[in-house]
Amino acid sequence: MRILPILAAAGLTAAPAAAAELKLTLEIPRLEVAEYHRPYLAIWVERPDQQAAATLAVWYDMGQRNAEGEKWLKDIRQWWRRAGREMRMPVDGVSGATRAPGRHGLTFDAAKGPLSDLPPGSYTLVVEAAREVGGRELLRLPFQWPPAAAQSAQAQGNSELGAVSLDLRP
Amino acid sequence: MMLSRTFPACRRLLLAAALLLPLPASAHRGWMLPSATVLSGDNSWVTVDAAVSNDLFYFEHVPMGLEGLAITAPDGSRMEAENLARGHYRSTFDIQLKQPGTYRVAVAGDGLMASWRENGQPRRWRGTREAFAREVPAKAEGLRVTLGQRRVEFFATRGKPTDRALQPLNVGLELVPVTHPNDLVAGEPAQFRLLLDGKPAAGLEVSVIAGGRRYRDAEQEMTLKTDPAGLVEVKWQGPGMYWLNASVRDGNSGLPNVERNASYAATLEVLP
Repeated sequence: MRILPILAAAGLTAAPAAAAELKLTLEIPRLEVAEYHRPYLAIWVERPDQQAAATLAVWYDMGQRNAEGEKWLKDIRQWWRRAGREMRMPVDGVSGATRAPGRHGLTFDAAKGPLSDLPPGSYTLVVEAAREVGGRELLRLPFQWPPAAAQSAQAQGNSELGAVSLDLRP
Repeated sequence: MMLSRTFPACRRLLLAAALLLPLPASAHRGWMLPSATVLSGDNSWVTVDAAVSNDLFYFEHVPMGLEGLAITAPDGSRMEAENLARGHYRSTFDIQLKQPGTYRVAVAGDGLMASWRENGQPRRWRGTREAFAREVPAKAEGLRVTLGQRRVEFFATRGKPTDRALQPLNVGLELVPVTHPNDLVAGEPAQFRLLLDGKPAAGLEVSVIAGGRRYRDAEQEMTLKTDPAGLVEVKWQGPGMYWLNASVRDGNSGLPNVERNASYAATLEVLP
């Protein structure tokens, strides 16, 4: 008798895919440079034909007057061409401030936000970082959506990004 | 020096050969160089240099006149440039991209050139259609008149690329994008259509040259030809600014006994 309400609750709150979760850990390396600015960074989901299916996060300098920080969004070059130029910034739940060097964890829920209307299929998660008076780096991590079983993928940057890992849970 | 002293005849021959060669003086190219062609944010400005030179894109000869400057905003309306100035080697101006979308910035216009002989002396004349009837004799020995129809342009986009400002005017030689001119990347070939008076310019020779000429030994010019539909495909040599150029000489000047030389040049930015 005790198991019933639990099953019922699970069935009511969401469809099976709703429990799915995409977890990303990324590292912004600490750089010994004379002039350091935190990188602009975009995380998006790409279809096999390289078209953008969803933008998950864009970190940029949101604090400037007159949205001056948006002037440099085009430097996240590939994201800008595939998705950014079609978007109107800021986007709730997607835009965020730039982040300091270190490890950052992000969790995206299948039931909410950009992943909620992602059709089943093969995708690539793309992380692109571009830094003022610095370089640009882009990493790709393949995944299946929705995850039938636990999946993970890793990539290692060598200039503007450190280790990036992706974990999916059904 | 040694050569000239020993073989004066040979020296004369060399000089003659040099004059017959397509000297750099005949390769004067008109171009505009924008500070950016792909922009984000709401307060976007583009600053532009405009010059005529041999090597791309260096200010080394004369500034380009901006009398025929015509800027088309994304909604198709005309807009004005700001801060126009003429320097020793280049003209410059700014444009503010107030609307999102694609802008077409052109220096276009026409002019007449005439040459003839008067009392055995060669005469040359250059001017407007209006001045032509007044200043050039209707009949003269060896009279040759050409209508030069010129268009030099570039495109810039704030946000998402749009097409409205790119509609052809159907006058002279023009480029109509198949690939959007602000969506060019090194790894992807681009297609453009060339039109002459609004009709596909078939079999037209199109030249594409990468900027940065000073830092390489050869021009590395790409010489392409349009297909029957006026289409040309460009495979970029790498990222950078490119100068695309074509010209046509025909009898369609609309004036009796006047030839036409229609020319087109665009500066195109190819991103990595």
